[in-house]
Amino acid sequence: MKYEVTAIALVVALLLALMRAVRGPTTFDRILAVNAMGTIAVLLIAVSGFLTGRPDWLDLALIYALLNFIGTLAVLKFIRYRNLGLDGGLERRHQEEMFPWKPPR
Amino acid sequence: MTDWLHLVLLIALVVVALDLARLRDLFAAAMLTGFFSLLCAVYYTIVDAVDVAFTEAAVGAGLSTVLMLGALSLLDERVETGRVRNRIGALSAALAVAAMMLYATPDMPAYGDPTSPVNQPDRPAWRYVHQSGKEIGVPNIVTSVLASYRGYDTLGETNVIFTAGLAVYALLAGVRRKRGQDAE
Repeated sequence: MKYEVTAIALVVALLLALMRAVRGPTTFDRILAVNAMGTIAVLLIAVSGFLTGRPDWLDLALIYALLNFIGTLAVLKFIRYRNLGLDGGLERRHQEEMFPWKPPR
Repeated sequence: MTDWLHLVLLIALVVVALDLARLRDLFAAAMLTGFFSLLCAVYYTIVDAVDVAFTEAAVGAGLSTVLMLGALSLLDERVETGRVRNRIGALSAALAVAAMMLYATPDMPAYGDPTSPVNQPDRPAWRYVHQSGKEIGVPNIVTSVLASYRGYDTLGETNVIFTAGLAVYALLAGVRRKRGQDAE
């Protein structure tokens, strides 16, 4: 019973995230919606694994959580640099411009 | 028991697809394709196609988003699609593909059909279904087929994809070097 209730709550959250992704209005709403959807997907897979009596889906959900991170990193890098292929030197210089910090001697 | 879940997920997929067709902001569209892939992955998991779901989550939601953002970073700052000229042509192409898929679907054997290849003892599928647990020791049938019965096939595929990736990387490295020289 408790798994059903959890699944229904997750589906409600999914629909809310869907509404935010579709209505928008700014791009950042959509980014947040996709991020939330990633978390909801992980939880929904885990719960439905218990719901259908196969708790080994938990491993799958864990891998999803790790994969979500790649997309989030790419989005963050795109917003910050407008580029995904910056070499390390350029990135470091950019960072030094943004955060001028000298290591203590 | 989870029928309502199927319904909600499929309706959500349709809503996201319609919104993708409507959107003109390419960055938002890239985000929404990630959303679509996540919904697909959840749905595949729920209908027991765990391996497909896994590929969808890794390639569709993870890698495709990265690739699309990489393509966007090569475009101008202001990313918008132009006006669509040939709406009727695009719509009829999409409808034709959908019709072909729907036409091909009934060729699949029905669920639990005794005459389907899975239920014939002299076909290899029978052995995969009934023996792979004992022979290979992996609970998932698809995994044991991919990684053990057809292990050499998978090894070859991996080599092909690795070679293709290396070739693309080599080509792109040439482009980047040339562009760097132009900038100097």
